Amino acid sequence: MSEVEVRQAITRAHHEEWARVVASLTRRFGDLDIAEEAAAEAFATAVERWPTHGVPPNPGAWLTTTASRKAIDRIRREAKRDDKQKAAQMDYDYPPEPLGPIDDERLRLIFTCCHPALAMETRVALTLRMVGGLTVPEIARAFLVQKTAMAQRITRAKAKIKAARIPYRVPAAEELPARVSGVLAVLFLVFNEGYLATGSDTDPVRHDLTAEAIRLTRLIRTLMPDDGEVTGLLALMLLTEARRTARVSASGELVPLDEQDRGAWDAALVAEGHRLVRERLAAGVAPGRYQILAAINAVHTSARDVRDTDWSQVVALYDQFVRLDPSPIIALNRAVAVAELDGPDVALAAVDGLEDTLAGYHAYHATRADLLRRLGRSQESRAAYDKAIELAGNTAETAYLTRRRDQLG
Amino acid sequence: MQYLVSVIDDKTNSGTPDEMAAIDVFNDQLEAEGHWVFAGGLSSPSSATVIDNRDGQALFTDGPFLESKEYMAGFWVIRARDLDVALKLASEGSKACNRKVEVRPLLGE
Repeated sequence: MSEVEVRQAITRAHHEEWARVVASLTRRFGDLDIAEEAAAEAFATAVERWPTHGVPPNPGAWLTTTASRKAIDRIRREAKRDDKQKAAQMDYDYPPEPLGPIDDERLRLIFTCCHPALAMETRVALTLRMVGGLTVPEIARAFLVQKTAMAQRITRAKAKIKAARIPYRVPAAEELPARVSGVLAVLFLVFNEGYLATGSDTDPVRHDLTAEAIRLTRLIRTLMPDDGEVTGLLALMLLTEARRTARVSASGELVPLDEQDRGAWDAALVAEGHRLVRERLAAGVAPGRYQILAAINAVHTSARDVRDTDWSQVVALYDQFVRLDPSPIIALNRAVAVAELDGPDVALAAVDGLEDTLAGYHAYHATRADLLRRLGRSQESRAAYDKAIELAGNTAETAYLTRRRDQLG
Repeated sequence: MQYLVSVIDDKTNSGTPDEMAAIDVFNDQLEAEGHWVFAGGLSSPSSATVIDNRDGQALFTDGPFLESKEYMAGFWVIRARDLDVALKLASEGSKACNRKVEVRPLLGE
């Protein structure tokens, strides 16, 4: 096996096995910190050993066993220090968890990471670390905070879970609805991190993260089939995921919605997403944010050609969204649709009004750059592209923005 | 596992008869379900005295160690399996006494 193949095997194992290893160790040792550290050590050992010893036939089992040994070593070390012999009785030969689909285990992990006694930003960070397997620097980058601050946030969260005894289980039926909306917000953020991955040496789309977010959302939908927002979020993810391959060109450049090859969209995912949106429309209940976003995506994916897009419908849905949540990012997205319906000048006026709150957000500058370009204001457009490129963290997006800037007359 | 449930208020001994009755019902429920450890109302922070006897010479200072607009006006110590149970009980306690409460785990166990 070549060095590249081994590296690929390690990356694949990390994507596929991380959450399983952490979840199974957390259940076994009752401690997230031990589980996380041991999982990280097991992967570090894999990086060290697999290139010379070869990739084991069952990487998941190897990682779980290795991580369990690391955890037991740590517990023994600490037991010696604390002079407690009980914990040291643990046996190395504890049979590893069967590596089938142990969904409930990961669901347990996610409900613990998304516990309402933790601050929202902490829940997201913890879920990305424990379930998504992102590193602390990756999470810090996603949140635009310092690495040390993010490490501290995660450490404090683990300490609180332990000290306050936040349970490691799926909540009871009567607690579920309230607990689920917190989980959905977290899953949406995980999905977005996969859809627009950050980092110069990261794939522009991390299918593992989008797939993980979809898989966990599906699982929650089977638990709560009547929750409109669960269905809405799943539909939104599917309709977004359907466009994944059309969204990045062969040369690794972002392809915007209006330039995508619509024949390359995944028809099965589009059909499933549309079916879910229709299901929610038929329910006749006032939609929440995910259902509205799913409906917007359903309008886009219903148009065979971009010129067939029903922009008035899109703007109407954004109007509904703005009433629900008057955040500037939603106003920015609404402006993109307004440009198609009322022209780029009307949209630009709306976008310019958002400068105070969105000046540090790359999409604000990318949107402005595009509108200015369409209005023939090349010089201002170029400056806006420069700013967007400077702030964008996704490689495909940077490539696209750079080409657009360089095409300006 | 035991948790301290602090009642947060800006005055003490201010419960209305309805609130006191609701607290009695809640206390009975805590006892019946095996969660009860201890509870009490506190008189105002201005009645507090801080003692520092670290060097063997007790120094008494009038007033609370921390001045704040809101303070602990009463408390429960409850026994609960985990934080979910404690949060559920604390929510019922908050409703009963009609005040905000804070849940904090006791060390040990």
